[in-house]
Amino acid sequence: MNILKVEGLSVKVENKFIFKGVSFGLKSGESHILFGPNGSGKTTLVSALMGLPQFEITSGKVTFTGIDITFKSVEERAKLGMVMSFQNPPEITGVKLADLLKLCLGKSATDDFSEEEKGLIDVFRLTEFLNREINVGFSGGERKRSEILQLIFLKPKLLLLDEPDSGVDVESLRLIAGEIQRYVEKNGGSALIITHKGDILEYVKAKYGCVLLDGRLHCFMHPLRIYESIKELGYEECVACRRRVTEGWNFGQRK
Amino acid sequence: MGKENELVNVPHQILEEAYKAGIEADGKNRSGTFFHVNQSTVYSRVNDLFQGKIELMDTKTALQKYSWLGEYMWKLVDKNKDEFTKKVAEDFSGGYFMRIMPGVEITFPLQSCLLITQKNLEQRVHNIIIAEEGSKAHIITSCVQHSTVPKASHLGISEIYIKKGAMLNFTMIHQWSENTLVRPRSAAEMADKATFVSNYVCMRPVRDVQMYPTAYCNGENSAVSFNSILYGNRNSLLDIGSKAVLNGKGSKAEMISRAIAREDSKMIIRGLIEGNSSDCRGHLECRGLLIDDDARIQSIPELIARKKGAEITHEAAVGKISEKEITYLMTRKLSREQAVSLIIRGFMDVSILGLPDALNAEIKKIVDASAEAS
Repeated sequence: MNILKVEGLSVKVENKFIFKGVSFGLKSGESHILFGPNGSGKTTLVSALMGLPQFEITSGKVTFTGIDITFKSVEERAKLGMVMSFQNPPEITGVKLADLLKLCLGKSATDDFSEEEKGLIDVFRLTEFLNREINVGFSGGERKRSEILQLIFLKPKLLLLDEPDSGVDVESLRLIAGEIQRYVEKNGGSALIITHKGDILEYVKAKYGCVLLDGRLHCFMHPLRIYESIKELGYEECVACRRRVTEGWNFGQRK
Repeated sequence: MGKENELVNVPHQILEEAYKAGIEADGKNRSGTFFHVNQSTVYSRVNDLFQGKIELMDTKTALQKYSWLGEYMWKLVDKNKDEFTKKVAEDFSGGYFMRIMPGVEITFPLQSCLLITQKNLEQRVHNIIIAEEGSKAHIITSCVQHSTVPKASHLGISEIYIKKGAMLNFTMIHQWSENTLVRPRSAAEMADKATFVSNYVCMRPVRDVQMYPTAYCNGENSAVSFNSILYGNRNSLLDIGSKAVLNGKGSKAEMISRAIAREDSKMIIRGLIEGNSSDCRGHLECRGLLIDDDARIQSIPELIARKKGAEITHEAAVGKISEKEITYLMTRKLSREQAVSLIIRGFMDVSILGLPDALNAEIKKIVDASAEAS
């Protein structure tokens, strides 16, 4: 079953079209990789799926867990089980990471973390950050670890991950990607991951990838194949390529 | 003046409100407790553990007891300053006199509560605090008007003396009502190496409060911090400032304010640091967060340097609550209201008040509860 179905989605930011008529589907329990050069609209795509207000859906339809969410609020989408990690999460002064993690778990500020939760916080190497203000003075890797841990605590059905691997060291990458894979496997969740790097593919078992280019999705195939050719030929070649495969847009329906 | 040991005279529901404003009911974790209701002091008691270490009584009683106290009256605040000081100089109903004896360090805070329960009352008090040489103390004082009282005003003179090497942390919590006119007139004087921390927390709607306490850092290496956490809502008008006069060699001043303006509230946050000695230092920081379009925050920082080498700086930022932060929190399953409330509670960072842990937790509770309730 498709957990996410996107049909003919067009999105404007500040009154300018970023892409028009994007369609794809995502099966429950599967992870997919979204490639694309800088500025191709990858962040816009996941932000629009999450329902962030500055991304205006002008046409098309988004169905999540069988429910039409095209015009639902961020909060409603989150409550249905869709979450997103930010490439550049904001700093929130005065709000401690511990407080936010508790809210993600549905706990109140006076509740304690369970032993299991404490263990996971430790795995993410965030124990000493619990009393720090969210993202204030966090390094790139610390921010990403904090983002992914928050998402896992939210127990989502679908994780939209905007470059979870950028600006992180090898150790953190292994940790982040490994935990994403573990969560998805254990809970039958799905993930849509934006990346520029292939290293994450070592840990995340994604079946498909595709490239966002010129406002459309192309070349649905195994992400390693896409990554290898991008690495070899670069996105310039992608842009020039005449053999772009644009049919077979729906992962879910493809044989 | 009423009896000084009868807390039972205070109606139960009014005491409830005082408890919400930081007053501890049984006073066990306080070194002393003082209650002034309307025009009379109804309770004034020093905890047994602190007998002989501190003095706490009505100002009028103290003036009778100590002939020298007259010199401390109207020394720092000019009685002809404005119509409000003139009124208090003419006639006042008492106030608290607190004295921390030389070298005494009190582990529990002293608490005082000034209450208004009477309609159309103009409460006029004159408070005097003397922190003797080398003493160290925390004071928490709450001013409360019972919410059923339609209209009242509070005029309060406070003169605070911090002697050589003493440290005083003074936290004032205002819980007035939407019909209270509030005019505190306060000043403090610091001797050599004396430290004064003056905290102001205003979390409930008030009709109109205007204050501008002044600290005179006359002593060498004396220091003052003014910290305020201000929450304006409904039609509140808050005009809050503070002034530090750095006369002493190596004296220091720091002012930090966090202001939240909601609904139709208007806030003016002033600060003036005056550097009159060659190696004094001062810093002023004001951060304001606007929640609604009809609210307004105005920041007026002023810096004066009169001697070479005086180092006085300021930073101010006022602006609307960040939509990006709200949306971010909403992706974490929070509703918009929950997100706004979390940002507000974080913004009103109680740790700027420099309080001991227990008191810090108490004040945080008050601040969080007010942010939650509105």
